[in-house]
Parts: sequence; structure tokens; C-alpha cells
Amino acid sequence: MSADAATININGHEPSYLEYKGMHSGILGWILSTDHKRIGILYLISLSIFFMVGVTFGFLMRLELIAPGRTIMDAQTYNSLFTLHGVIMIFLFVVPGIPAVFGNFFLPILIGAKDVAFPRINLLSWYLYVTGGLLAVIAILLPGGPADTGWTFYIPYSVRTGTNVTFALFAAFVLGFSSILTGLNFITTVHRLRASGMSWFKMPLSVWSFYATAWVQVLATPIIGITLLLVAIERWLGVGIFDPALGGDPVLYQHLFWIYSHPAVYIMILPAMGIVSEIIPVFAHRTIFGYKFIAFSSIAIALFGSLVWAHHMFTVGMSDTGQFIFSLLTMVVAIPSAIKVFNWVATLYKGSIDLTTPLLFVLAFIFLFTIGGLTGVMQGILSIDIQVHDTSFIVAHFHYVMFGGTGFGFFAALHYWFPKMFGRMYNVKLSKIYFWLLFIGFNFLYFPMFIMGWLGMPRRYYDYLPQFQPYHLTSTIGSWILVSGVLLMVYNMYRSVKKGKVVTEKNVWGGETLEWQIDTPPIHENFKEIPVIKTDPYQYKMNEEELEKEEVS
Amino acid sequence: MNSTEHTAEAHVHRDDVGSRMGMWLFLFTELILFGGMFLLYSVYRFQYADAFHLAAKELNTIMGAFNTAVLLTSSMTMALAIVAIQRDQKVLSLFLQMVTIFLALFFLVNKYFEWTAKFHHGIYPGSEELLSKSSGEILFFGLYFVMTGLHGVHVIVGMFLIAIMARMTRRGIITHNNYVRLENIGLYWHLVDIIWIFLFPLFYLIT
Amino acid sequence: MEKHDYYHEHSHSYGIYILVWLGLMALTALTVVIAGMNIGRFTVVTALIIASFKAYLVLTIFMHLRSETKTFLVFVIVALLFLGISFVLLFSDYSFH
Repeated sequence: MSADAATININGHEPSYLEYKGMHSGILGWILSTDHKRIGILYLISLSIFFMVGVTFGFLMRLELIAPGRTIMDAQTYNSLFTLHGVIMIFLFVVPGIPAVFGNFFLPILIGAKDVAFPRINLLSWYLYVTGGLLAVIAILLPGGPADTGWTFYIPYSVRTGTNVTFALFAAFVLGFSSILTGLNFITTVHRLRASGMSWFKMPLSVWSFYATAWVQVLATPIIGITLLLVAIERWLGVGIFDPALGGDPVLYQHLFWIYSHPAVYIMILPAMGIVSEIIPVFAHRTIFGYKFIAFSSIAIALFGSLVWAHHMFTVGMSDTGQFIFSLLTMVVAIPSAIKVFNWVATLYKGSIDLTTPLLFVLAFIFLFTIGGLTGVMQGILSIDIQVHDTSFIVAHFHYVMFGGTGFGFFAALHYWFPKMFGRMYNVKLSKIYFWLLFIGFNFLYFPMFIMGWLGMPRRYYDYLPQFQPYHLTSTIGSWILVSGVLLMVYNMYRSVKKGKVVTEKNVWGGETLEWQIDTPPIHENFKEIPVIKTDPYQYKMNEEELEKEEVS
Repeated sequence: MNSTEHTAEAHVHRDDVGSRMGMWLFLFTELILFGGMFLLYSVYRFQYADAFHLAAKELNTIMGAFNTAVLLTSSMTMALAIVAIQRDQKVLSLFLQMVTIFLALFFLVNKYFEWTAKFHHGIYPGSEELLSKSSGEILFFGLYFVMTGLHGVHVIVGMFLIAIMARMTRRGIITHNNYVRLENIGLYWHLVDIIWIFLFPLFYLIT
Repeated sequence: MEKHDYYHEHSHSYGIYILVWLGLMALTALTVVIAGMNIGRFTVVTALIIASFKAYLVLTIFMHLRSETKTFLVFVIVALLFLGISFVLLFSDYSFH
């Protein structure tokens, strides 16, 4: 272990955060650590495990759907699988994902701080995450089986079914609390711990994203907290809040559910967009186009995203006025996202493009998110949504934005920051191979769902009419290609942490933000001396020109 | 000075404003947690105005008003406890904190009597008596028990938190130079009070 | 800069809290009296307006919002706006059924 320390850190006496010995050693030094970097790694490990569980469930679902009728499981199992797949992927991967892993690791560094505002609460967030995750999956082992309501827990089925819905509800509640604490921590950190000279408009764009996300986490999550708590109370005490048999309004449940769950998708996508804004300037060797537009659009997305929730409910019997208003607002919310896409593309234009793996994932993000986003706008149109609601068109849409968007954004961040986090480099050639497997597999998996959804294939259906089979077959084969990419990626990451080529360079990619000015991997307190900020972020072209001037003179 | 101590010290940088900021953000989550139920209440009241009027007759307005006064007073004593510690009047601050806890307990005892009186009349979630009433009335009582119940849970938690603060005050951990913890628990307590300020008219004053 | 974070710049006197308490009690009594009067639909609105003012007093004086930096006030407004917007949009469905 000490031999590794010597090779990882050539700067002599200051050990990296990986080697640092605090009050505890060994595994306790990790699970009791309040170091934001270690907590980020803890999240990465636990998140990856839950992600693989979610992928497995998705894989099994696709296997079942390869042919009509029963293939490998019965309908009840299928219902539980899509419920768990949704709960795990949403609450344990996509929502926490980028903030919990990369926000925790890099936010303090990006603003020139030693840690977040509340390091112990940060650790508590992780404990809650793991607890919630265990609650979500433990129901598999219990009599009654896991919940089969779908991750949306719609009334009245969620109060009638005999499956272990309460576990899933409490899992979501605990995970929501974890998310709230992370958000609260990040807001306070950005307000209070920025290094001297780092005004709001000198912050990197990923920090703007984490900040906007944090507000949604703090304000929107409590709504789902109370809503799910009420469902649990309804199940156990028969109180009469949503249950129509007791006079309640099931549509009101849906309203409350989506008042959180729509903003939740912006919790999912905003950090990924922040990552894209970080990575493009580095590998296009150009200053980001429209910094302020991107910064403000993050705030705008968080704001407008809170106004559109009922577009998930166009077929349940809302008033015409309500439907009209929500449809209109849904059109509006697309605008700030589009602004970001334009600015990213403008940054790439005439840039000196370096097609590294992080940039490949980012380019894929732009392509996939655009498809997902545009189909979202389509769904916002009432007449179209009447046709496609509850079909696999919707399933394709949200996988394009959540997986093609946030998922690929997560992979991009992973391949961008890996050398800094671990002081090792992954196998680049292998990474490009599985990138293409992921990208091609993804599109074969999900694109057919647009077509068959348009043609009438319902979602969450275990069985289907024979005319849909060619699409399902294509989709399932796509899932195999995708999963092989995932497996290769996990292998590459895991192996490279242990045995990858050692990296000690501070700035392997030529980035401009603060993480590329500190040791690789960072020391315990990130900075030997807290920097004083004098320049704007992302000054590539300007910096290169200045460097050239110096060389000439 | 060994490196562990050095870095441990360096990590503990004090930021009272940041500490209060974090607390306020947490309070927003509580506000919205209850806010969700106020949203529910407002929709159902809009739909079942008459049933709500009818059901509200079961509630004792005087009791409700009295409890409101109790909680408002406890808010004052908590605020005064902070002034006391700011002025290094430790014994007074402790006394005021204990009074706050006592008032909270008083509130809960009243609540207990209110609830048991309802149970006595056969009104509780899932009871035959309740289920025989109209939808609007069932919803009213459902909301009443859940909202005042959840509020009561927050009162109990608040009592424990203030007790911990009292202990810290007694032991000199909270002092006139370092009282942000007490401030933060005070903030929590005031929010609990604010929620009741809205619960009171919406449940007790509809007749 | 750190030193300023340690202490409140000015500590209140006891008096303001007792004054506010008296105000809150009076407003509570007022709400009860108004509920007893028969003014129909306006009872709710009036009661809520009085409750809001009571909450305002608790926020600004008891919770020291008026002595914190403006950031805290902006935070509170943002949180209230979120609730308010949710309320308005929710009723864009329900008031037109």
C-alpha cells in the first residue's frame, strides 16, 4: 500500500486523499470519512452496484418481451420488475448520480474550497442513500414480493395491492431526504465557500448547474415526501386522503406526485448539462459560447420546470383550461434547453476538436438528448399526447433524455475526471470500443419503441400483438449490445483503478478549471493554498494567444 | 503538531451565517412538506365546502384558540431564551428553554384530550361512524388527523431538540459567544409555530 | 470577515419580543371574533390574511429575518413562490371542472 503511495504522489510529504490517514484507518477511514472526495467515491461504488441491479432488471424485462406471451416469467414478476427497474434507476441512479458522485467530489474544488459547508451532513446523505437502496431491494426477499405498481405508485392500486409497497415508499422517502440534504449542502457551499475573487459569473458552468439543481432538490423533493408518506398512511390506517372509495381524488394524487416528479427530471438533466458545458471547451479548445446564457438558462430550466407537471396527466380528465395552460408552459420549458444546445454547438464550431472519450460521450449526449427533448415537445401537444400517452413512445422519450442524456453525461464525467480522481488512466482504446457499443446498442434498444408506440404498443404490458414483434426483437437485441458495452465499461473502470497507467500530471486534458491546477489525485484539503481568482473560467483562446505572444517575445 | 490535528483544526472553520443558511433551507423543506397537505386541503375544501363546514362543528374552537396561544407563547419564550444567552444570562436562558418545553408539553396534552374526545365519539380513521359520513366529512377528518398528527410529531421532536439545547447550555457548550445551535433550534421551533398559525383557522374557524 | 460571522451585530432587547407576542395574541383573538361574525365567504380570506401577518411577524422578528442579509429574504420568497405557483397551477385545473 505504501509503495503505491510513493508512486501515486511524487510531491513528497503530502499524501493524496486516497492515502490520507485521519482518525480512522482501513475501511472505517472511508465509511466514517467526512472528506467530500471519499464520500464521492463511496457514492460511486454504491451507485454502480445499484445501477447494475437496475440494468439487470431492464435486461430481464427485454428478454421477456422478445416474443409475445410468456417467455421467461409470469405477468406478476414482470410488473414487479418494471416497478423496481424504475425505482432503482430513478431514485438510485439518475437523480443522485452526477451531483452525488461528481458534485461531491468536484464542487468544492471548482470553487476553491476545502470541503462542502456541512461535511458530516454529507456523510449522512450517503448513509441515507444506502439505507434507501437497501429498503428498495429488500422487498424482493419478503413474502408478498416487491411492489408492482410502477414507480409512480398511482392510487388506487397502490393502496389495494398486497405487494410490499410500503418498503418502496419508504425507500423513496429516505432517498428523497438524502437528496434534500445534498441540495441544502450545495446551496450553502456555493453561497459561503467560494474562493476570494470568484464572483458568481466567474464560477464554472457545472457549478451553476449544481446550484440550480440543488434548489430543485430542496424545494420539490418534500412534495414527494409528503405524498408517499400519505399513501403509506392510507395503506395502513385507511385515512381517506386519495382513496376514491373513501371520497378521495386519485387525480389529486397524480398532481402531487408530478409536482415533484417533473422537476425531478430537471434534477436529473441539469447536472449532465453542466458536465457537457465543462467538457466541450476543453476538447474544442475554444471558449464556451454564451457563458451567461448558459448560466441563466440553468436557472430558467429549474424555474420553468416547476410549472409543467400536469403534462403527465393529459388523459386523466383534467379541465380543458388546465390542459391548455400546462401544454403551453411545456412549450416554454424547452426554450432554455434549446439555448444550451445552440451554445454547445456554437462552441464546437471551428474548434480544434480532440475526439477523446469524454467528448464522444458528450457528442452522443447532444444527439440523444435532442431526440429525447424534441419528442418531449411533441408529447406536450395535447392532440399527440392523447395518442401516445402510456405507449412505448413515452418510454423511448424518457430513456433518450434520462439515459441518453443523464446516463451518457455521467459516463462522460467519469471518463473526463477519472484520471484526476484516481491518479490512473483507463484503457482509452477499449473505452472507444464500448462507447460505440453503448451508442449503437442504445439506439437499437430505444428507437424502435418510438415507432411501435406510435403504432399503438402500450407500455408496462407484458404481452403484445404479433405485429409488434419485429420492433421488440430489434429492441431486445439492442439491449444485448448495450449491456455488453456496460460490462466492458465497468471492467475498464474497475481494472484501471487498480492497475491503470499511473497519472501524476495535474492537467492531462488541458482544462482551465481549478481541479486541473491541483495534485493528481488531490490532497486531503484539495489546495495547498486557497487560490485567489482573477480570471474568468474557460479562457482558452485568450490564454493560447497570450502564451503565443510570450513565446514570440 | 501532528498532521492530523493540524488538518482537523483547519477543517473546523466557523461560519454561523452558513450554519443558519443551512437551517433555513431545511425549514423550507418542512414548509413544503406541510405545504403539500395545505394544497390537498385547499382542493378538497373547494370541492366539499359544505361538508367541511359541517365536519368542523365537531372541533372545539376555544380549545384550538387556547392551544394557539400556548404555542405562540412558547415561540416567545424561545426567542427570549436566545436574547438571554446573548446577554450571558445563562440561568435565565435555561429557564426560558425549560418553559418552552413545558408549554410544548401542555400543547400536546391538550391535543391528546382533543383527539381522545373524537375517538370517544367514534371519529377516527377507518371507524364505522366516520365512514358512514359523506365524502367531504371523511376527507376533512382524514386531513385533520394527519395534519395535526404530523404537526404533533414535529412538536415532540422539537421538545427533544430544545432539551438537548438546554443540556448544552447548562454544560457551557452554548455560550454568549457561540449560540448558533440554539438559534437554529429556535428557527425550527418558530416554523412549527407558523404551521399551527395556519392550521388553526383552517380547521377550527370554518363554522 | 470571519469575526462578523460569529456574532449578531446587534442583539435585541427583550421588549420587542414581548410586544410581538402581545400582537400575536391580539390577532389570534381577532381571528376568533371574526369567525364568530357572519360574513360568509370572507371569513376564510380574512382569517388567512391575519394568519399571514402573524407568520410575517414570527418570520421577521422571532426568526430574525430582518437582521439577516438580503439573501435570506430572497430564499424565503423563492420558497413561498414555489408553493404559491403550485397552488395557482393546481387550481387552473380544479377551478374549471
